[in-house]
Amino acid sequence: MAGMIDVQDLRVSFHADGRSVHAVRGVSFSVAEGESFGIVGESGSGKSTVLKAIAGLVASESSTLAVHGRPIAQRRTKADRRQLQFVFQDPYASLHPRQTADQILREPLIIHGLDRHDARIAAALDEVGLKPEHRFRYPHQLSGGQRQRVAIARALILRPPILLLDEPTSALDVSVQAEILNLIARLKQANRLTIILVSHDLGVVAHLCNRIAIMQAGKLVEVLTAEELRNGGAREAYTRELVEASRGFTRAVAAL
Amino acid sequence: MTQSLSHWLLDEAPGSRRQAVLGSLYRGLLAILSNPPGLAGLVIVTVLVLIAIFAPLLDRGISPIAQDLGNRLAQPSAAHWFGTDELGRDIYSRTLYGSRVTLTIVALVSVLVAPIGLAVGTLAGYLGGWVDIVLMRITDVFLAFPRLVLALAFAAALGPGIENAVIAISLTAWPPYARIARAETITIARSDFIQAVVLQGASTWRILLRHIVPLCLSSVIVRLTLDMAGIILTAAGLGFLGLGAQPPTAEWGAMVSAGRDVILDQWWVSTIPGVAIFLVSLGFNLLGDGLRDVFDPKETS
Repeated sequence: MAGMIDVQDLRVSFHADGRSVHAVRGVSFSVAEGESFGIVGESGSGKSTVLKAIAGLVASESSTLAVHGRPIAQRRTKADRRQLQFVFQDPYASLHPRQTADQILREPLIIHGLDRHDARIAAALDEVGLKPEHRFRYPHQLSGGQRQRVAIARALILRPPILLLDEPTSALDVSVQAEILNLIARLKQANRLTIILVSHDLGVVAHLCNRIAIMQAGKLVEVLTAEELRNGGAREAYTRELVEASRGFTRAVAAL
Repeated sequence: MTQSLSHWLLDEAPGSRRQAVLGSLYRGLLAILSNPPGLAGLVIVTVLVLIAIFAPLLDRGISPIAQDLGNRLAQPSAAHWFGTDELGRDIYSRTLYGSRVTLTIVALVSVLVAPIGLAVGTLAGYLGGWVDIVLMRITDVFLAFPRLVLALAFAAALGPGIENAVIAISLTAWPPYARIARAETITIARSDFIQAVVLQGASTWRILLRHIVPLCLSSVIVRLTLDMAGIILTAAGLGFLGLGAQPPTAEWGAMVSAGRDVILDQWWVSTIPGVAIFLVSLGFNLLGDGLRDVFDPKETS
């Protein structure tokens, strides 16, 4: 099945001081156009590394890494970059501290030589629910939720077909988490985005994604649909354990 | 009017890019003004700059190089506020014009040293690998020499003069800046906001110039201001040894040197330019301390 994103046998290892750590050991999956694919797992399971490898932020090996059926090399071209954009976990670290929201959003437009900067920036801010008065503020003048909105606007301003989200809500207050999740769901609908969402929170993933991959120790344990996960259709013991463990504190979110 | 201007500058929701930039500059200025030592430094340095600019208006019509051999080593008086030197030149006027030489040296050294240090440091820190190794070993070589001795050797080899003094001082002054810029770059390059511009497809040059250098700049400026005192002293030292500005140019170090033989009987010949060197060095040091407090990320964020 040729999807929007095809990953076959993805491997990532880190080497330092003569030791190597195999963070991702042969992960394969495929995401169809317009689908929301979730990856869950405990800390250190390699889920964020998979996302960074797809984005090209970490060096990886794979037999296939293709977007739209077209293989992408380790060295990305500008056109490759425009295909997929990334939203980082911590909005306090992902915005340049000395640049206003306006400059942050202008940067990708300049890099890709797009026109009508002012109109595009205003539209992008409006799209993520920010007001014109936020446009010339520095990140330290914005709240955590507003910063994450700026980060999402920056990712979407190039109109990429694919959005990669690395725990986009885990650094935010609980009250703001739901707002950002709903924003992502709305933007996905409006822009027909293909999404890969990484989270340690089963509730968040079940809320946003059609299909969910469970990762443990650098490998995919299984891939389930959201219904299967909700109805207790997990086949693997580890998945059932994970669901059981998360039930204790995410019942409220899972009920969304 | 001033009320509304400061209101406009401190607006939490600026309406344009210019207002946002001016507002953050204004906040920095307010921070310096509320820091007494920093304010003292700023005042001293501002006065120095004004004196250098307006020296021709302040010199009471006495040329700094006009000799009056009949009136050598005259005491401070109404005619000559700071007395005269061994050739009968007015020390007040010479001290005024000496600020120009000092400021020229300081400005030229800053213009040379900061970009070299930033370029070497950010390149080494961002690219890493063999580029880092080569650039940092070169930096180590320059760091290994004592500053004044290396400056002396360069000035002696290139010949005396202000330009050569500037080149000599710059050659010995850039390595610490490269070190600072490299250390900052290594931390900044790992941060998410740099990864984000990488993912947008920005070129290495763009990332370095637009995203990393602006963040290294504050610590480089602080270091530069704190170094000013050292630069002024090195320049004065070169002048004292006859390797800096050449006669008849008024230069503070050379003026101190000229008064050496008569320091016990005619103390003012050496003391006045010495006090000038001291005050200006102190001013730059205080300003540097103030700037460090303002730029300190722990304070501002």
